[in-house]
Amino acid sequence: MSRLTSALTVPREKLEKYQTAAHIGGVVAALLGVASALMTWAYKDAHVALDDVTYSGAPSALQYNYIGLAVIAALLFAGPLVFRKPGPVRDWVAWNTGARFAGYGLLATGFVAVAAIGIEAGGVINVDPGGWLALVAGVLATVSGLVLFRSPDPAMGKIKTHSIVQIFAIAGGLAAVLFAAAFALGLSGPGAFLFYLTFAGSLAFVLVRAGIFGWFAKCAADNKKIMVLAAFFVAFVFPFTQNGSDANMSIATQVLIFAATALGLNIVVGLVGLLDLGYIAFLGAGAFTSAVLSGSLYSHFHWHPPFIVTVLISGCVSSLLGLIIGTPTLRVSGDYLAIVTLAFGEIFRITMNNLDGSDGPNITNGSNGINNVPELNFLGFNFGQAHVIFGIQVGRFANYFWLMLLVLAVIMVVFVNLNRSRIGRGWVAIREDELAAEAMGVNTFGLKILAFAGGAFLAGLAGAVKAHYDISVTPDQYVFLESAFLLAAVVLGGMGTVMGVLVGATILKLLPEKLRFFSDYRLMLFGLLLVFMMRFRPEGIIADERRQLEFHAEDEDLAESVEEELITYHDHFNPDALTTEDLR
Amino acid sequence: MTAALAPMSDQTPAAPAEVLLDARNVTMQFGGLRAVGDVSMQVHTGEIVGLIGPNGAGKTTFFNCLTGLYKPTAGVVTFAGQPLPPRPRKVVYAGMARTFQNIRLFHNMTALENVMVGRYCRTKSNAIDAVFRLPRHRREEREATERSRELLAFVGLENKADTLSRNLPYGDQRRLEIARALATDPKLLLLDEPTAGMNPQETREAEDLIFRIRDLGLAVLVIEHDMRFIFNLCDRVYCLVRGEVLVEGVGDVVQNDPRVIEAYIGAPTADEEDGSDA
Repeated sequence: MSRLTSALTVPREKLEKYQTAAHIGGVVAALLGVASALMTWAYKDAHVALDDVTYSGAPSALQYNYIGLAVIAALLFAGPLVFRKPGPVRDWVAWNTGARFAGYGLLATGFVAVAAIGIEAGGVINVDPGGWLALVAGVLATVSGLVLFRSPDPAMGKIKTHSIVQIFAIAGGLAAVLFAAAFALGLSGPGAFLFYLTFAGSLAFVLVRAGIFGWFAKCAADNKKIMVLAAFFVAFVFPFTQNGSDANMSIATQVLIFAATALGLNIVVGLVGLLDLGYIAFLGAGAFTSAVLSGSLYSHFHWHPPFIVTVLISGCVSSLLGLIIGTPTLRVSGDYLAIVTLAFGEIFRITMNNLDGSDGPNITNGSNGINNVPELNFLGFNFGQAHVIFGIQVGRFANYFWLMLLVLAVIMVVFVNLNRSRIGRGWVAIREDELAAEAMGVNTFGLKILAFAGGAFLAGLAGAVKAHYDISVTPDQYVFLESAFLLAAVVLGGMGTVMGVLVGATILKLLPEKLRFFSDYRLMLFGLLLVFMMRFRPEGIIADERRQLEFHAEDEDLAESVEEELITYHDHFNPDALTTEDLR
Repeated sequence: MTAALAPMSDQTPAAPAEVLLDARNVTMQFGGLRAVGDVSMQVHTGEIVGLIGPNGAGKTTFFNCLTGLYKPTAGVVTFAGQPLPPRPRKVVYAGMARTFQNIRLFHNMTALENVMVGRYCRTKSNAIDAVFRLPRHRREEREATERSRELLAFVGLENKADTLSRNLPYGDQRRLEIARALATDPKLLLLDEPTAGMNPQETREAEDLIFRIRDLGLAVLVIEHDMRFIFNLCDRVYCLVRGEVLVEGVGDVVQNDPRVIEAYIGAPTADEEDGSDA
């Protein structure tokens, strides 16, 4: 029971009598937060700050979000006062833990609001009492939250729910994600975006810690196929929410290209456990192949097959490069492999820079690269033009977004199916104990080569689309820094998981685009972010269970929960279930 | 010394069946250290052979030479009439599987998954089969799961299939390692100290398990320090001292051989050997 103490290092007995006061204090703080949002946060001339929070009694969209967080905080703080005795509802939610994180969230959002107004409007003099009240509410809620004892583990993830309710929950959750993403991309100022990010992050933390997210996770786990289809549907309709805005769709497409490449890298890094620092070369190989075969005026090849063929050739060229790089280098491991792959990445770039005809064949025009890669054209559907679909205009970038979505789906299927096969088991065995794997008859070298070549193939697919999307392909797009970013996306998001990489890629691509003001410092900030991740959550944001165990070897609770997870996995694989499952 | 030992291996009591493993004059030299010198050994089908010797005698090194982890400096190892390639994977493929002295399970995989890794070398579905879930993948996956569950039941772990191997008790981990080795469909099973760290009850169970493995038609070569265990179990015993075969024969002969006793306990006049497990 030692876990159920407060976050403060004060003996439990001393805090016992303050619990009710803390609950009430938290509720008061949250209501103060709501009240603050009804007041003006910034001086009436400071319209630029936070997308305009200068109206009294008429909260802006951002302030409505803040009110939402405050209301959730109030409910979490009030919950234990209402449900005094342990009972089903009381046990579902980790009220106190959730309330504490809601308190942190109110403080963080309040702080970001005041800071953003101070910076964007030119001085904290522009912060109105409402803004200060929001900060005070945050401080009070945080203090109240710190006094509270931790809750026992929430039981909400174990509730049995009717499948129709679950499907509605999935639909609702994904609709909320879609709405939030569209809303976030629509924000104009960096302060507003940062405020919204803080809000969304806080909300996510609160939902996870309070155990409410556990219920959504169970709904999703019980309806995996529906969940995946629904997620793709949401991604598919995303362009329609953008009113033909090219700026956001361009970012979204870049995120998808980046994510697709990172997923390929995740096979090598996450599944097999090899460190590859030259991965961008495979994306580049795909892009160059596709550009050379595209029929561009700058290409010296006069054979341009249909795109579907080009994509496959690009993948094959990339995986051939993977074989060439992998065969000699995979005999070394660990740091040595990292160095050697880094060097090969550079060799690729320099080679592309020098295939300009002065020494040897002219394939890439050297540092000029191949420009004017024509737009794709499928059966008369020109990717370069805007189209009106269902009465909504979608631009060029939306077309490439959908194409990338298709490529990403293919890559995800390959990733997941390989992982859940004898090959995937072999990879885990290599990661765990390579010598034992070899002594048990696992072809360790072959499997590592397969991972290298397979991952390269997937990156080649993404590269083929990237060539057309970017219109020009030059060697300096494929520098070491990009490889480092790919690796950072994998490590940050979660090694060995699909969702993790998607999250990691989104963070690493979206933030620099929306927060232009920190683009000079982005390397430093991402470096710091990675250091903090390594300290507090080395397994990544969305962790693979087995990976998590490898990082937390001593955690017995975790080991048990992973066992439960794997049991459900094997139920899926028991012989009878397999036939009926797969016949569907 | 070599000349004196060579005839001894020819005196093997009426070989019951064909020779499965035939190691001739295996030598393993690490720089100036001769860890295994000129060791010859034969294992016949359906036979349990013991390999004993004081600590540092070169037993595990000899195992590693057989299973391809080391490439012997000299000597030939043939298995079922074919020379064994010095590659662990190919040795497994040829039909020889081993366990390790210090357990080397895949700790973050479940017991079932561990055994299924053992099935890897007997399945053929490739990346294409796996990605498109072709019939071969599904059939092999089903068969591998069934076979692995059978093997877990065979070693008595049928209820622990979904337990992570790191959460298994020590004795169960040893048995799981045996199940994993059996999953490769071996003709000869090499056990490196299968009862190390076990209590007498567990040792008896291990003994029973090895007899049952023999009854499946497998030959077993076992390194062990527990003399009662070895002499109960084995048809023949080799005693290795300082990398060389000192004595070879049926249990009683080896047990009462003065040279073996001397190697383990030491003779009053001889230089001291380390190790005194007898």
